[in-house]
Amino acid sequence: MECKGIAAASGYGLGRAFLLEDQEVRVIRQTISSDAVDREIARLEEEIRQAIAELETVRDTARQKLGDDAAAIFSAHIMMLEDPEYLGGIIEKIKQAMINAEAAVEEVTAEFVAIFSGMDNEYMRERAADLKDVAGRLLRRLLGIKTMSLADIAEEVVLCAHDLTPSDTAQLDRDKVAGFVTNIGGRTSHSAIMARSMGIPAVVGLKDIVTKVKAGDFVIVDGNEGKVLVNPPEGIIQEYRAKKEKFAARQREFEKLLNEKSITSDGVQVELAANIGNPEDAKGAITNGAEGVGLYRTEFLYMGRAEFPSEEEQFKAYKEVAMLFGKERPVVIRTLDIGGDKELPYLEMPKEMNPFLGYRAIRLCLDRPEIFKTQLRAILRASAYGKVKMMYPMIATLQELRAANAILAEVKQELSKENISFNPQMEVGIMVEIPAVAALAHQFAKEVDFFSIGTNDLVQYTLAVDRMNEKISYLYQPLNPSVLSLIQNVISAAHNEKKWVGMCGEMAGDLTAIPILLGMGLDEFSMSASSILAARALIRQLSKADAVDIAQAALKMDDAEAIKAYVEQKVSFIAGLK
Amino acid sequence: MEKSVVIKNPTGLHARPAALLVQKASSFRCNVSLVKQGKKANAKSIMNVMALGVGQNDEVLVVTEGEQEAEALQAIVELLEGLKD
Repeated sequence: MECKGIAAASGYGLGRAFLLEDQEVRVIRQTISSDAVDREIARLEEEIRQAIAELETVRDTARQKLGDDAAAIFSAHIMMLEDPEYLGGIIEKIKQAMINAEAAVEEVTAEFVAIFSGMDNEYMRERAADLKDVAGRLLRRLLGIKTMSLADIAEEVVLCAHDLTPSDTAQLDRDKVAGFVTNIGGRTSHSAIMARSMGIPAVVGLKDIVTKVKAGDFVIVDGNEGKVLVNPPEGIIQEYRAKKEKFAARQREFEKLLNEKSITSDGVQVELAANIGNPEDAKGAITNGAEGVGLYRTEFLYMGRAEFPSEEEQFKAYKEVAMLFGKERPVVIRTLDIGGDKELPYLEMPKEMNPFLGYRAIRLCLDRPEIFKTQLRAILRASAYGKVKMMYPMIATLQELRAANAILAEVKQELSKENISFNPQMEVGIMVEIPAVAALAHQFAKEVDFFSIGTNDLVQYTLAVDRMNEKISYLYQPLNPSVLSLIQNVISAAHNEKKWVGMCGEMAGDLTAIPILLGMGLDEFSMSASSILAARALIRQLSKADAVDIAQAALKMDDAEAIKAYVEQKVSFIAGLK
Repeated sequence: MEKSVVIKNPTGLHARPAALLVQKASSFRCNVSLVKQGKKANAKSIMNVMALGVGQNDEVLVVTEGEQEAEALQAIVELLEGLKD
């Protein structure tokens, strides 16, 4: 059986299917005799002790691999298992109703879940999920169901799931997970971005893969073509083992380019940078040959916690990356891009009809200057330690840019007064994601130090296509001539004012798009770390003169598919790099 | 014994502050409870405390009863008043 999905991370993965899903726990309510009550309570207490011991191991592993924030989740789980009201309620239930421990756990858990689910606060409602998780662990222990955990896997597996959250993905062990496939998601969903930065082959948006695959089936993930093969014949397996080998050999070939320049055959040099989401990614970026960071997302500091991060905490996270890249290689930090679909539990926000067109990013920051100022102080302070640049996301009007810069100026004054060092010349740019900015780029270019084109959103807004909606995914066309002409307009406007232009959307690492972008004059390409070496190999084989011709021809065409075919025919070695 | 406290930290008694409170309360042998608008919670129970849904500027009554009740009351009130995010 072959299933077609969306290629999310390149490479080939072969292995037995491992279904990541909630294991159904069936509890049968049984009445017990009065002399069995004590034994039942003792059994409950023993399994709680065991469950706590399990959680302590999980917590310690999480702390080592992922840090204190991840460990805190499991500390909270342990606390729930030690909770006197919860345990007392269960024991009371066993005694009063004379029922088995499993049924008592299930009933008392349901009471608490109902309380949490009914609260008018998103954060508290999520605690219901934590409690279900904890109760599930306890029930599996009581019922003697072995908990399958990724840590128990001995051989390489292909992970099959409805969806993977970023934290699921972060916990994947590269040595054990040959690849993953999911029902939902697209090329720019979080799990896809994570898979690329971890170098795990992945296919997403398969709609119903979880029902098609059974645990233990042999699965091939073709992350290049976006295909999944289930129980293929031996001949196909051999074919894919050979492909995987060849792919690995090419990766080794790319690695020779680690310390080479990103320069065309006729001597035009560009910068290949990485998109990162935390200091850990920064190390991966360097091992993948990044010449800088073109997009440092700062949302990770704000997510998965109960309160705003302090200035000090932010400063440390920015400074760490700035110092890793040193005085020569730039690090572009993007200010907070949250709101709309990305919610923070501690920031009450009204539900919106159109979160992508709503109260988010710079709009939120200008409305809540106290949040914004804390971040600006932290970024400015980090600017003393490396080549830090900063950009604002989701700018739509010049007035917003000026308002943000006015706050920045205030913060600079405060820091000067306090004798805190920072780089007063720190470059400040904006993301070009909204077509309004691309159209007025000549005006914006006078007031910024640089542009960074965020193509994921720019494509979405230009073609009015929700990138998470699989029914209209055909409209998500980065190579659509309308998008290309906006990009050309932005680059030309910036170069007229002697400003540089980067791109930090997925398009910047797309091998078919690179010749066009190079020809249009893009100065910096920022992409997932794992795409950098292939991009460098491509650029070193291209000449700028040819790229200019390709870009001009593409701009005259009227169809994204035709442009793609044209570029791939003109630059025949693209196929060999994919 | 009892004393009323207004919770000042922005996130109220959510996970981390609630955990701190439960740890402190559990270190005493006496009963410790919080009362908010007539609803009573066992302060040694993380789930009870969170289910109380205490937010910023909410007033809660701390009630201690039993061994070392005065010391417990003072310690809990200090902890609640000193909460920062």
